[in-house]
Amino acid sequence: MPNHPQQMDYVENRKRVILKKPELLAPAGNLEKLKIAILYGADAVYLGGQEYGLRSNADNFSLEEMREGVQFAKKHGAKIYVTTNIYAHNENIPGLEEYLKGIEDAGVTGIIVADPLIIETCKRVAPSLEIHLSTQQSLSNWKAVQFWKEEGLDRVVLAREMSAKEIREIKEKVDIEIETFIHGAMCIAYSGRCVLSNHMTARDSNRGGCSQSCRWDYFLYRSENGRDLPLFVEQDAPFSMSPKDLNLVRSIPKMIDLGIDSLKIEGRMKSIHYIATVVSVYRKVIDAYCADPDHFKIQPEWIYELSKCANRDTAPAFFEGVPGYKEQMFGTHSHKPSHEFAGMVLDYDEERGIVTLQQRNYFRPGDKVEFFGPDIEQFSMEIGKIWDEEGNEIDAARHPLQIVQFKTKIPVKRFNLMRKEI
Amino acid sequence: MKKPELLVTPSSVEEIPWLIDAGADAFVVGEMEYGLRLAGEFTRDQVKESVRLAHDSGKKIYVAMNGIFHNEKVDNLLDYMQFLNEVNVDAALFGDPAVLITAREVAPNMKLHWNPETTATNWYTCNYWGRKGAKRAVLARELSMDEVIEIKEHAEVEIEVQIHGMTCMFQSKRRLIGNYFEFLGRKMEVREKQEGGSLYLFDPERNNRYPIFEDQNGTHIMSPKDICIIDELGDLIDAGIDSFKIDGIFKSVEYNVTVTELYRKAIDMYVNDPEQYEQNKEALLKEIENIQPKDRPLDTGFFFKETVY
Repeated sequence: MPNHPQQMDYVENRKRVILKKPELLAPAGNLEKLKIAILYGADAVYLGGQEYGLRSNADNFSLEEMREGVQFAKKHGAKIYVTTNIYAHNENIPGLEEYLKGIEDAGVTGIIVADPLIIETCKRVAPSLEIHLSTQQSLSNWKAVQFWKEEGLDRVVLAREMSAKEIREIKEKVDIEIETFIHGAMCIAYSGRCVLSNHMTARDSNRGGCSQSCRWDYFLYRSENGRDLPLFVEQDAPFSMSPKDLNLVRSIPKMIDLGIDSLKIEGRMKSIHYIATVVSVYRKVIDAYCADPDHFKIQPEWIYELSKCANRDTAPAFFEGVPGYKEQMFGTHSHKPSHEFAGMVLDYDEERGIVTLQQRNYFRPGDKVEFFGPDIEQFSMEIGKIWDEEGNEIDAARHPLQIVQFKTKIPVKRFNLMRKEI
Repeated sequence: MKKPELLVTPSSVEEIPWLIDAGADAFVVGEMEYGLRLAGEFTRDQVKESVRLAHDSGKKIYVAMNGIFHNEKVDNLLDYMQFLNEVNVDAALFGDPAVLITAREVAPNMKLHWNPETTATNWYTCNYWGRKGAKRAVLARELSMDEVIEIKEHAEVEIEVQIHGMTCMFQSKRRLIGNYFEFLGRKMEVREKQEGGSLYLFDPERNNRYPIFEDQNGTHIMSPKDICIIDELGDLIDAGIDSFKIDGIFKSVEYNVTVTELYRKAIDMYVNDPEQYEQNKEALLKEIENIQPKDRPLDTGFFFKETVY
């Protein structure tokens, strides 16, 4: 049953026109991040509820918050998906039906799921929800994709081990929505097939307890006739399985040409600064390519912008071929980002040219800061005098969530973010 | 009382008669092209020979097709499945649904065992794969004994549980050992990277050694201890678990034969006279401890361990 590959573009007046713009899908660790992700350009966000998701350390949404998120998303034409992608144990079965009904009732578009228990239960009790297969299934061939299509799934998230060529083959052979990761931290193991945490820390990796044991240091030995020979010398960095973070910004045109339906950013645990930065860069890349594919060029400032919030080196991973040692980290597994989130704009007084800002990290007069956001041209400036809410001049904004005011050289808007070089 | 099948993993055809004599009822064989972390490589001719040997003694051969398959292997699955059907193997193991569809296409009568390792964790999903065509579910090793028993109570398929040996903790598609050596600027022979069980990662904080190896399926990291519940079989037999597996990967033939004999004894003893088993189980455990390699401590896996998340 060969399918006709979908046409992705056509030529008009000797100009290539992209037919289908992919969805830009961003993580939402909490309600505030959800709003920022959508305002900064995400077409859809995914979030975790109180149960059945894979980030037990994240804030996670109550049904009430989900409902509020849905209302906000609808107002901005965005969709919400809920991650319910644990591999359940027997004890997780009671309560599942009620939970799925609650999600459906909250108005979300779909769930991201790995375990057939949850797929089947959802079909039965919450049939209006779309069902997307999670990357936890490590889906890596077209025939398995065919299986899940026949099971009635709406979308599959492919294994992170898939190359561009393999994704093309799947697109040619099976007519189903495809979602792939484009940016963020990822498992170095096939997802769902790693239980290092279970063994090392008695935390169940496939139910959200992952303790990231892959990023620890180990020492490689060979045992020979009962003797242990180190395969490293003293000054060598220890063995590790720590992958660089995924970064496919340069591959976005290729991914759009392949007809991938949804481009996904990882990071429900990431900061608001990270979400805003990454989403706005990918928004620009996708829009620029779709507007004029023939003259598209990656702008160096996009690459630089992404580096401002990164706490690890990044690499393209499997989409561009099997990753080697350069796509891994040895010795150090993370670094501080070059910039930090300093504040969020609450209001701007046009007449006086004064911003009201909620502090998110320490700053003081003389600091060089940068404002960015969806509706302004990014700009840098030096902080002048700062006043507190009562209008008293202060020597620094030192309290988290403190409301402060100061002059900006260019007008800013609510929900613009201010970052500071560290 | 139903006697569970005793399932073992020979490393070669020659080992099969010895394991039959030791009391094994069934064998997992295969090749790394389709199966994961096998105790030995079996060519097609050797699979055929294994079937002949096993069937002559009324024993069974299961063939591993439980890989995580990329597109390039999908077409080969058809041919291999056809071959298994022709030589009359007793079941094929799968984790990837591509294998299930392949069986529907070319070998609709092939028995299928669902074996995705880490993700077989609840009874509902075992039954789901049963409805899709699996006859058996091979449970994840990260389950407690209570969870295993509860799964069996609700199961509409046969349930297989690993009761002895090493388990896999991690599989990556990346060549992690080779990458490390390239990073250090050194070369390592492919042969060395695969040398069964001789390479390990040392974890000083836990004082653990994790065997690690590379093959065409990527990099595999194994548990630091061997499961051994020869003295805790009663509840599982009472629950009616259908198959007990001993994984013999990286162990000598002598070790695997002896361990098979001891579990045979333990199962038979419990089924015939639970009282006698109670009196002898410590001695059986002692016998395994006596032959256990020094760098492979025994424990009870996750059967009696609490896991949080």
